[in-house]
Amino acid sequence: MNISQSRRAGTLARLTQVRGGMRTAQRLHQIMVYGLLFSLGVVFILPFMWMISTSLKQSQDVFTFPPQFLPTSFEWRNYVTGWTRLPFNTFLLNSIVVTSANVLGNLISCSLVAYGFARLRARGRDVLFLLLLGTLMIPREVTIIPAFILFTKLKLVNTLWPLILPAWFGYPFFIFLLRQFFMTIPHDLDEAARIDGAGSFRIFTNIILPLSKPALGTVAIFAFIGNWNNLLDPLIYLRSTEKYTLPIGLNLFRGQHVTVFNELMAVSIIQLLPILIIFFLAQKYFVRGVALSGMGGR
Amino acid sequence: MQLQHAENVHARRPARRGLGPQARREEREFYLFISPWIIGFVLFGAGPIIASAVISLTNWSLLSSPRWAGLANYRRLAVDPLFFITLKNTLIYAIGSVGLGVVTAFLLALLLNQKVWGMAFFRTIFYLPSVVSGIAVALLWVNIFHPDFGLINYALSWIGIQGPGWLTSPSWAMPALIIMSLWGAGAGMVIYLAGLQSIPEHLYEAAALDGAGPLRKFWHVTIPMMSPVIFFNMIVGFIGSLQAFVLIFVMTNGGPANSTLVYGLYLFRNAFQYFDMGYASAMAWVLFIVIMIITAVQFRVAKRWVYYEGGLRD
Repeated sequence: MNISQSRRAGTLARLTQVRGGMRTAQRLHQIMVYGLLFSLGVVFILPFMWMISTSLKQSQDVFTFPPQFLPTSFEWRNYVTGWTRLPFNTFLLNSIVVTSANVLGNLISCSLVAYGFARLRARGRDVLFLLLLGTLMIPREVTIIPAFILFTKLKLVNTLWPLILPAWFGYPFFIFLLRQFFMTIPHDLDEAARIDGAGSFRIFTNIILPLSKPALGTVAIFAFIGNWNNLLDPLIYLRSTEKYTLPIGLNLFRGQHVTVFNELMAVSIIQLLPILIIFFLAQKYFVRGVALSGMGGR
Repeated sequence: MQLQHAENVHARRPARRGLGPQARREEREFYLFISPWIIGFVLFGAGPIIASAVISLTNWSLLSSPRWAGLANYRRLAVDPLFFITLKNTLIYAIGSVGLGVVTAFLLALLLNQKVWGMAFFRTIFYLPSVVSGIAVALLWVNIFHPDFGLINYALSWIGIQGPGWLTSPSWAMPALIIMSLWGAGAGMVIYLAGLQSIPEHLYEAAALDGAGPLRKFWHVTIPMMSPVIFFNMIVGFIGSLQAFVLIFVMTNGGPANSTLVYGLYLFRNAFQYFDMGYASAMAWVLFIVIMIITAVQFRVAKRWVYYEGGLRD
């Protein structure tokens, strides 16, 4: 009898002995897990609650010790007064324009390019794809200055164009994500369509795209969030207030009205609202997208 | 015709020398389909890389034409004390936020992987903060870290600790930023959770038969099986945190006393506040090279601890 065999025998004996005590041990384990989950859950959710509560407080209740967890009265008008202190309607409109143009541009350009890489054979394809993967490694800092100079020469600084145009020329990460998804669609479908006389573009629009809704949804959501929260590009390119988007508008608000923190939180919540709504409606797309992008090591 | 199609399906090796009209058309179509990216690559990828290398060898404020400077910008970097401060701050931030972030995300994933009731609910709670990050969240945390009226120092006062000034203290501002970054650990958690759930059950059963307890199962099954995912996320997270900018810009703008002046912030100042394009481009190139070196080192170290099923993949 070698060691591992004897160990196995011992384990079996222990298993039968312990079965009675198993249930209490299991219950203890469960209690510990739930205890941890609940306390960590509180830690993670508290900042949000604090944000909502602050946004509804009267000004004099914002900075108190000990902190007031619940507002004494619900000052819903903070949302209105905060929103009207700066031209937030304009900021909102600009944000909507920039974000939707980016989502649309990314969906169209990235799916076209991804289809080419996934389905069409050509000399140089693999080298180009490696090049595309290589660009994922380049830090933004390297490209940001020449891009700024380019847009300066084109006289597009202080317009929304520098925030919109790049999205229409493909974004390597999204191309990669879509290409990986297209590769999983069986070739038989395109071949059948090709025999029926469909060209590559028809196959792309009528077969590949309808089958790729989950991946396209993930790209749309990532593009939405990235642009809705984008502060860096507006900081670089936008000069006059009427061109501002919501994030840089919030930054301006913070600089000009330090004292009305309750209103700042109210406007911040309005800015976050679309993201929260999309998150709760389409959480599975988020999870899939993050898992797709993060499991790359496998 | 038919025959060629059949070949199209199966042969995905590069096209052969003597191209038929069919293959030639496919090639044209390929380049047509990827043309948006080709243009984007020239305008916003390769072009800027080359341009940035050239600009880094000049003095250029955008107002006048660039003047050739040779390696002067790089020599200036070598004696710029702020440059070394930002390097140090950035490394501290990257190591702190990625190290603690991986541990936090992994522990959360392990906790959620216990087959508990309400898993989806807790996953939502932990995941949500990582989704909403942006200036709104940064402003919220400025309040939470408030020395006198903030939630954190209030919680510390319960256990009799007088909390520090956090964002106003040169020694606590950086730890505050790292703590805040942990609030976004949910994104990593989702990835690890997906990974944990894809570990085949039979590996644990086999380990149990060999008499492994929970700890040994964790060490000899879970960790090796998860190591590629952890590794990948460490690399991506590290590269991301070297470029951290927005949250720090909003919360401390590099202060107090340059204690949170990170690389991206200093580069941004040089480029878009001092309009010192040559110097900023030199900084960008140094960052690029640092990133490549660190990634290469991580890959080398990875050979010792990352386990790839069925051998190393290319």
